[in-house]
Amino acid sequence: MSIIEAKGIYKTYQETKIPVNALNGVDLKIEEGEFTAIVGPSGSGKTTLLNILGGLDLPTEGDIFIEGTNLKQLSSRQLIDFRLHNIGFVFQAYNLIPVLTARENTEFILELQKVPKKERRKQATQLLEAVGIADKADHRPGQLSGGQQQRVAVARALASQPRFIIADEPTANLDSKSTNELLEIMAEMNRKYRSTFIFATHDQRVMDKARRIVTIDDGKIIGDETFEGR
Amino acid sequence: MLIAIAWRNLWRNKLRSAVIFSSIAVGIIGAVFSDGFMSGMTDQRVNAAIANEVADIQIHQPAFLLNGEIRYQIPRAQRIAQKIRTLPEVKGVSLRMKTQAMAASANAGTGINLYGVNPADERKTSDLHTHIIEGKYLSENQKIPVVIGQKLSRKLDLGIGDKLIVTLTDSSGTITNSAFQITGIYKTANDRYDAASVFVNKKDLAKVIGYPASSGDEIAIRLKNSRNTPAVMKKLNRIFRKEVQKKRIILQSWDQIQPLLKSMVSMMNYFSYLFLLIILAALAFAIINTMLMAVMERTREIGMLMALGMNKRKIFLLIMLETVLLSVVGAILGLLFSILIVNHYATYGFDLSSVASGLNYLGYSSRIFFRVNTNFYVMSIVLVALIAVLSSISPALKALKLQPATAIRDMI
Ligand SMILES: Nc1ncnc2c1ncn2[C@@H]1O[C@H](COP(=O)(O)OP(=O)(O)O)[C@@H](O)[C@H]1O
Ligand SMILES: [Mg+2]
Repeated sequence: MSIIEAKGIYKTYQETKIPVNALNGVDLKIEEGEFTAIVGPSGSGKTTLLNILGGLDLPTEGDIFIEGTNLKQLSSRQLIDFRLHNIGFVFQAYNLIPVLTARENTEFILELQKVPKKERRKQATQLLEAVGIADKADHRPGQLSGGQQQRVAVARALASQPRFIIADEPTANLDSKSTNELLEIMAEMNRKYRSTFIFATHDQRVMDKARRIVTIDDGKIIGDETFEGR
Repeated sequence: MLIAIAWRNLWRNKLRSAVIFSSIAVGIIGAVFSDGFMSGMTDQRVNAAIANEVADIQIHQPAFLLNGEIRYQIPRAQRIAQKIRTLPEVKGVSLRMKTQAMAASANAGTGINLYGVNPADERKTSDLHTHIIEGKYLSENQKIPVVIGQKLSRKLDLGIGDKLIVTLTDSSGTITNSAFQITGIYKTANDRYDAASVFVNKKDLAKVIGYPASSGDEIAIRLKNSRNTPAVMKKLNRIFRKEVQKKRIILQSWDQIQPLLKSMVSMMNYFSYLFLLIILAALAFAIINTMLMAVMERTREIGMLMALGMNKRKIFLLIMLETVLLSVVGAILGLLFSILIVNHYATYGFDLSSVASGLNYLGYSSRIFFRVNTNFYVMSIVLVALIAVLSSISPALKALKLQPATAIRDMI
């Protein structure tokens, strides 16, 4: 079974005067261990699609199954809990709780999952080591560079041991060195732990690292390529 | 970790938090100050009334209370008084002969309460002898002495050595005049009492009225500690159960004798809490406003927390905790300052001499020693926390309305 199966997804934003059709019939399957980029020009619907895959928003039409669970059939409370235990998030910015240190941010998600304190500590420390900022564990986000903050976000996303991680333009605010570092770390985590990553980007450097590239335009998938050996 | 986040969030906008801290602190200081002042004032009034005027407990014939006629002398009064003197809680017992009378000088007259007292007993029972401002208090070896209040002396234009003519009804129902010589003038903080209370030796008054000097219509009992009044009342009602049951005597504590005084105490208390509540209600708006701003500023952050999987209950709790911490920190600051201020004025008193003449008319002296019950301090913290919880509802609901997808999109 695929981790994610999206069937006939339409999304129309009604809040505006003229309704916006952001997604116009998207079918997509994601398998375990994928390292997939959703690419497309700005406004093509990448964020909308990722939000729906991540259970942050519901499709106007169509169904989204995550390991067989139809997200539409969950109550809003169940959906929150589902996200907590199944989906990791890395956003473009403002990922971290500013008043918590890197370690506390990583531990926070584990606390929400009710992992015992000792265990939390251990896992958070290990993950911060894995993303290469163990030495900054006691710094707050304000004292970290953009690249370091995104690495903490990746550590936190991994900490919850999700089925997959969604990253919406995670490198958009980073210089090329930090972009490379972050991608390297994500790719390493993908190889090491078989963590599934789905990220949106319009950055060529990011696309170059992806093993699968799904191209989207005007709310439709117009291309789907797989590059073995990356 | 929620508490840690809430606590640290307080310090993100230091100026804004400082404004709330100080508003709450000032509000609490205001409420505590007014409570300290009012309690100090009522305490003083109550203590003065007990010390100078009513004593802690009084005994009469029930009928005497209705019309004050002197024929209602207490049966076996001296034995009762003697028995009460043996109680360890009792400081002094005075068997008085109290009657209504007219006091007159050459050109003025006024109604008074005339007390015939045994000076030695009265000194132990009432502190009035410490309030003599001119001349001397009563003693056995003076000739028909009388002690009057300064207010009465001014009203009648009489001074030390002058004659005070007293008109009263004697035991046979005849109206008689009698002259006393003013030997002492007292002044308490209660002008109205001073204008109407006149003291003579009981043996002199007994002679005029025609009763033995051993009788009396009022027994005033002063305790070593006024806090024991209810206990001693119980004890006395037990000791004199037969007399009380047969309605030969009635026992009254100071608050039954002066119910107004008692209701003033509870009213002042009530006002203190009302005042505190009004202040806190006003502060609630400031708290709500601050927290609404905090929630709005943190839209993205809250959206992110919701996206990660923080449930609504926890989001609500986070906002509530932050509101409560914000308010309680302010309240604690306020209480610390309040305690300092109250302690200062409890020791040195708060000087009101500029408005004192009016206060004296009401029975207050011009220096108020503050007192605040621990209860009031505890209640103010509890109320602040309660108000904070209520104030957090609207900001917390606002936070819950956020949709994670929208909140996060807003941040890009
Ligand atoms: N909340 C919204 N309300 C109305 N229109 C929206 C909303 N979110 C996105 N859109 C529109 O939907 C389309 C797709 O947007 P988005 O998914 O953000 O694209 P991308 O991430 O590829 O830039 C755009 O035209 C955008 O303006
Ligand atoms: Mg986007």
